[in-house]
Parts: sequence; C-alpha cells; structure tokens
Amino acid sequence: MNLSLEGKTFVVMGVANRRSIAWGIAQSLSNAGARLVFTYAGERLEKNVRELAEGLERSDSLIIPCDITDDHEIDRAFREIKEEVGTIHGLAHCIAFAKAEELDGDYLNTTREGFHLAHDISAYSLTGVAKAVQAHELMSEGGSIVTMTYLGGERIVQNYNVMGVAKASLDASVRYLANDLGKEEIRVNAISAGPIRTLAAKGIGGFNEVLKEMEERAPLRRTVTKEEVGDTALFLMSDMARGITGELIHVDGGYNKIGM
Amino acid sequence: MADTLNRIKKIVVDRLGVDEEEVKPEATFKEDLGADSLDVVELVMELEDEFDLEISDEEAEQITTVADVVNYIEGQQS
Repeated sequence: MNLSLEGKTFVVMGVANRRSIAWGIAQSLSNAGARLVFTYAGERLEKNVRELAEGLERSDSLIIPCDITDDHEIDRAFREIKEEVGTIHGLAHCIAFAKAEELDGDYLNTTREGFHLAHDISAYSLTGVAKAVQAHELMSEGGSIVTMTYLGGERIVQNYNVMGVAKASLDASVRYLANDLGKEEIRVNAISAGPIRTLAAKGIGGFNEVLKEMEERAPLRRTVTKEEVGDTALFLMSDMARGITGELIHVDGGYNKIGM
Repeated sequence: MADTLNRIKKIVVDRLGVDEEEVKPEATFKEDLGADSLDVVELVMELEDEFDLEISDEEAEQITTVADVVNYIEGQQS
C-alpha cells in the first residue's frame, strides 16, 4: 500500500484556472503518476483547461465538456470517458455555483430560483455524476469519489448563505452515496477546505476579511493552499485511505475547531 | 507611470489574448478589449498579486479603462 497512482485514471471536474482547487488536486494526482480526465463547463473554460493540462508531465490527458445541469449531457460525457479510458479509479467533484447577489447580506433574501440553482449545481450534481459512473460501470472496486465542501455547510459563515445550505445538502449526499456505493467497495468522501483565493471565492462578499480571520485565529495561524488540499485528495484517492468513507475531512489549519 | 503601465499591459495581454498595441490607456476592458465578467475577476486577482494590494468589489466596479487601473494602482502606492 502506498500513495502511488501509477497505472490509474482519475476524473477531475471543475478546473476553471490555475488558482482552482480542482487544479491543485489534478497536480497532486498527476505527480503521483495518475492519468487524468478533465471535464469543463462551457467553451469559456476549455482553453484554460487545455493550457493547464499541457503543463502536466503526462501528455495523455483527456479533456471533455460536461454540463452538469443536464442529465443527458452528464450521460454523454461519461459514455465518452468509458469509451476512451474504460475504467476510472477515482473522481474529484469540485463544482459549485450560486448567484453572486445571494452571497452577500442576509440569507433571508434567497429566492426560490436561486435556492434551486445553488442546490442543483452544487449538491445534486454529485449524485447525478455518481449515477452516470454507476450506469456505465466506470469505476473499479476500491474506487474513490471526493467532493469539495466548506465550513459554511456546518456552521454560520457570514455571506455564505444559500451556498452553505447547498453544502449541507452535499455533505448529506456524501453519506448516503457512501452507503449505496459501499456495497461495491467504492468510497465517497468530502474535503472541507479553508478559504482559498479562487475565482469562485472572489464572488463571496467580504472574502478578504475571511482570509485575514484565518491568519489570525486558525490554530496554524495561516491560510491553506490548493496544494495542501490536493495532497489530501491524493490520500483519499489512494489505497492508504481504503477504510475511510462517508467522511468529511477539514483541511483548514484547524479553523473549524475554534470556539471563542 | 511607464513601469506600472507596462506591468499592467503584460497582465492584460496575457489574460485577454489581445495585442499589446490595443492596450491603450483609453481602452475599456469590456468594449475595446472584449473582457467578460469572468475575465474581469481574473484580471483583478492577477493585479492584486502583481502589485500586492487588495481591490474591493466596489473599487473594481469603478474601473473601466486601462488608465483607471494605472491611476488606481499609483494612488494605492503613493
């Protein structure tokens, strides 16, 4: 048992640019010898993903579009993955979205439409993807699914609002999926990363203050990096974590343990 | 001034894939340089890194041209 991913293939969903947590995960998996399949949302991000993938050590990455708001699109994407690579050994789901105007001020201002949108993209998509993986018998025994969550799903985080409620739904989905897929020896876990300066995080009101708070109060007295999150994902993808499922691991310098 | 403008130019050319000649002081990011909302956020983050400063959402909304960026950054540094 070790952390090597030689001879294994992993799907990474949600790379937007070089700051993305998904990119940190891709780098860690690639450095461990994995072959990668990237899915991206919309042509707008395709160029970014292609440029980044070119910088990886292995040049055999597969890059395909996947609109996770559409079941047919998910099915098409995973059928293509099945045809191209046959078997995957893990999948990193790093996808979330909410309306910018609902990530500031009071949660009470959330609209029904905004609530649906945030839950559809940020929570249901994990289940939708897991279904497609099942339907195409894509993942081998011992496979591992990892998603990204945040403290705002467990506790009150100012301005995180409807995204926090969606993350709570995602966290619960992880547990139920772990139970379903556990019958096939597939594990499902979540990483709760501390705040990182990503494109998505920039959309949250007062984000710079959140970073300062981490530097002052987290037990490690600093923020975390996407590389640290990537290495935790590598651990969860590897056989070293073979006994762990349904779990939520905080990679946040210990911030979630703070009381007063 | 010249140095700041050149550093900004490099970032804009890099992020938006435009020619350096197009990045004139009076050029607007959205209309003249074709930046969409995601580009704008990426640009703001690149500028924050390059010049080691924080640009708030409110301040970012006031910036529409290349000259606005130069003035903002020089104002922060002086």
